[in-house]
Amino acid sequence: MLHPVGTGHYLVLSLALLLVGILGVLTRRNLVIVLMSVELILNAVNINLIAFSKHTGNLAGQVFAIFVITLAVAEAAVGLGLLIALFRNRETTSADEVNLLRW
Amino acid sequence: MDSLFFLAFAAIAVACGINLVIQTHPITSALSLIGVMGSLAVLYLLLGAEFIAMVQLVVYAGAIMVLFVFVIMLLNAGAEKRVARPWKPYLVGAPLLVIFVGVASCILHDMLGDSDPVIFGSFTQGGAREIGRSLFTEYLLPFEVTSVLILIAILGAMVLARKEF
Repeated sequence: MLHPVGTGHYLVLSLALLLVGILGVLTRRNLVIVLMSVELILNAVNINLIAFSKHTGNLAGQVFAIFVITLAVAEAAVGLGLLIALFRNRETTSADEVNLLRW
Repeated sequence: MDSLFFLAFAAIAVACGINLVIQTHPITSALSLIGVMGSLAVLYLLLGAEFIAMVQLVVYAGAIMVLFVFVIMLLNAGAEKRVARPWKPYLVGAPLLVIFVGVASCILHDMLGDSDPVIFGSFTQGGAREIGRSLFTEYLLPFEVTSVLILIAILGAMVLARKEF
């Protein structure tokens, strides 16, 4: 018989996904994969919100999860637009080759 | 049964997330992200958030991932070149990461260990009816502000992707 799963388990899963996402943002050089890692981070936030919505019996967490999803869509649209503009000007999607503002 | 479902889909989510980060080709990463989204939708169902689970599938696994795959195809992005990185930071970072996750798990277990177990069907307030009522009465102002945000995002994406920019 398995131990019953509580809110804490969901928070640990959320923490794991958050760390994996941060690792992706920090270590990858392909900007498309960096944007996907950001989506992973936002998903980790959503797990937290919905787990606590269940934990407290309050619907606010789920409503804000919808706002977070909307935010993720807007972020993806603008980020990919930036990426296309970047590719048109510099012919690259690698973060290492975009060093115009590097000190 | 619920524990089994949680463990299986949490394992799939974390495995797909790690695969997303370590794969060099963007398409493989995109497929892994779809795996993460799908398994998270199942976990949302277990938490009683039916509407969010469907939104997750339709908006994330549908719309956003199509956008990503479209851009990957458009840019003809190939596999990323491996650059030799110093390996010494990993020797410090990996144990610290394990310690951090372990300590955080212990603290969460102490704080929330005696909470109600998550059982499918025990929380039924997550349907479209309840979410919609809450969204259009209590959270009407954030909802309208979000529509302005989407408008700005549309304009921004259009301006950025214009040809003469």
